[in-house]
Amino acid sequence: MSPVLEDLKEQFEAVVWEDSHGQDVARVPADAWFSFAGAAKEAGFEICGDVTAVDWMRLRPERFEVVANLVSMQHRIRLRMITSVGREDPTIASLTPLWPGANFAEREVYDMFGIEFEGHPDLTRILMPDDWEGHPLRKDFGVGSVPVQFKQAHQVS
Amino acid sequence: MSDENTQDQAGGETDTFDLWVAGTEEPQFQPTDEGRQEISEHESEDRLAAQFGRVVEDDYVFDEDADDDERMIVNMGPQHPSTHGVLRLQIELEGEIIRRTRPIIGYLHTGMEKTAEQLNYAQGPTNVTRMDYLSPLHEELAYSLAVERLLGVEVPPRAAAIRILMTELNRISSHLVALATNGLDIGALSMMIYGFREREAILAFFEKATGLRMNHNYIRPGGVAADLPPGWKDDVAAILKEMPVRLQEYDDLLKENPVWLSRTRDVGIIQAEEAIAYSITGPPLRASGVDWDIRKVFPYSGIDQYEFDVPLGERGDVYDRYRVKVEEIEESLKIVEQVMDSMPKGNYRIDDRKITPPPRARIDESMEALIHHFKLFTEGFKVPAGETYVAVESPRGELGCYLVADGGPMPWRMHTRAPSFYNLQGLPIAMADSLVADTVATIASMDPVMGDVDR
Repeated sequence: MSPVLEDLKEQFEAVVWEDSHGQDVARVPADAWFSFAGAAKEAGFEICGDVTAVDWMRLRPERFEVVANLVSMQHRIRLRMITSVGREDPTIASLTPLWPGANFAEREVYDMFGIEFEGHPDLTRILMPDDWEGHPLRKDFGVGSVPVQFKQAHQVS
Repeated sequence: MSDENTQDQAGGETDTFDLWVAGTEEPQFQPTDEGRQEISEHESEDRLAAQFGRVVEDDYVFDEDADDDERMIVNMGPQHPSTHGVLRLQIELEGEIIRRTRPIIGYLHTGMEKTAEQLNYAQGPTNVTRMDYLSPLHEELAYSLAVERLLGVEVPPRAAAIRILMTELNRISSHLVALATNGLDIGALSMMIYGFREREAILAFFEKATGLRMNHNYIRPGGVAADLPPGWKDDVAAILKEMPVRLQEYDDLLKENPVWLSRTRDVGIIQAEEAIAYSITGPPLRASGVDWDIRKVFPYSGIDQYEFDVPLGERGDVYDRYRVKVEEIEESLKIVEQVMDSMPKGNYRIDDRKITPPPRARIDESMEALIHHFKLFTEGFKVPAGETYVAVESPRGELGCYLVADGGPMPWRMHTRAPSFYNLQGLPIAMADSLVADTVATIASMDPVMGDVDR
């Protein structure tokens, strides 16, 4: 593990560190999400590469996982931070105040999963229409089907 | 950042807009006020902060002095020939100056990440290849690398080399389209015809190797779908011979063309700090002078064994983005040449019958082969539970695939980190306080592919 991450490890005792196929993963408690991200930015992670989420439905006690991929240009390392968000009123602190680049990504997560980001400047739907109901990437959102026309049509002999 | 930068910006040391005056022996530069790009002294602190990415209120801040009557909101797109697909921009104009831009996307959203959860791992590449339709092989590569990392398998050297050969050729064809459409949008119509003409030669090779011009489904978990066709070296050598000549032609056409320069120089500037803050990657980031290429920093598929440079820009304007793309084509040609000369022998996919199908001839003689074939094409193969993120350098930037497996034959979650989606966040910054006539030049230089943005 890189010395940068060692420092972060000492600062946050509640964070569980994992090695996922050779990549550093920090499982951050939801209340430390923003402060950990701030410390990571201080430590040299200039880029928030990506923010996304995973819906675990009933497989895990906390339904959603929010995942952020951080990149450090100066240390040339990556760090993935993951936190869990509950089923009722899924809310997490927004990373947009730290990295403006997280803006669109968090809007996408809000749009697709219905996870609210506190402190986001413009939390609106981004891919779906504004009046869309439901959040498509949730596991309980059906894939839908197109009605087949002419199902009852007479056979042409 | 900031104090220095602000000073630099506000100080007015940089020339505003250089115009080459015809008839003089030396290019004589006369500053004019047209197309003034940098932030002038009287800009408020708020707006400066927003433009440098320190504050994100609603992307940028209003100028409170201007009257509402002076502002006009113009909707550009989604049906507009120079928005590269179905990009819609809400542009707030003050006279002819763009004050505020809001990209509105989602018109091409087809829920491919949801679809990926319904397809097994072997079918996955057919889905992801349709996202970024100009660089389908990169999408397939990112997905396949993610699946392989979860499986814990390593592809044979020949498969890795074929992947590099095909993706680098794909980078050339994608950049050619970018140059062509960039030329078209600014009015260099011949560039459009030339770019698409040369791309056709590469697509013809893709068709020969993969069976399709686009949406190849060629790079698959475990290797590639088929070995390179007989005589592939001649085809690639023909491309390698042709391209430098053509690139010289493009340079003759555009590089020092005064009309091209005046339309692109100091237009749509993105500073390095802004590019980093807004997670912009790929050519727009490198045009701002940041040396960051996934191929160099986090190499994949053995790309680190080939020699190539990372071309950089200085000013981060439309011209630099155009130059970076042209020079990246040259670098990709170098890589293709090295791969061609050092193509290893061996299998083009791994020999594990639980992951890749058996050869057709084996199905007639072996019961196991038939069973493997049947299982692979009905249920698919299972991937152990886990999660991983793999990034490759696509022509548009960092293309990542975040894959979560639950142990079944289909991904539990597949997320694509689409470079165009993030690069689009830089569009309002690049366009703020520029002329409305420069809009299309800026959009084209960011090279967004809406299939990639909306997925």
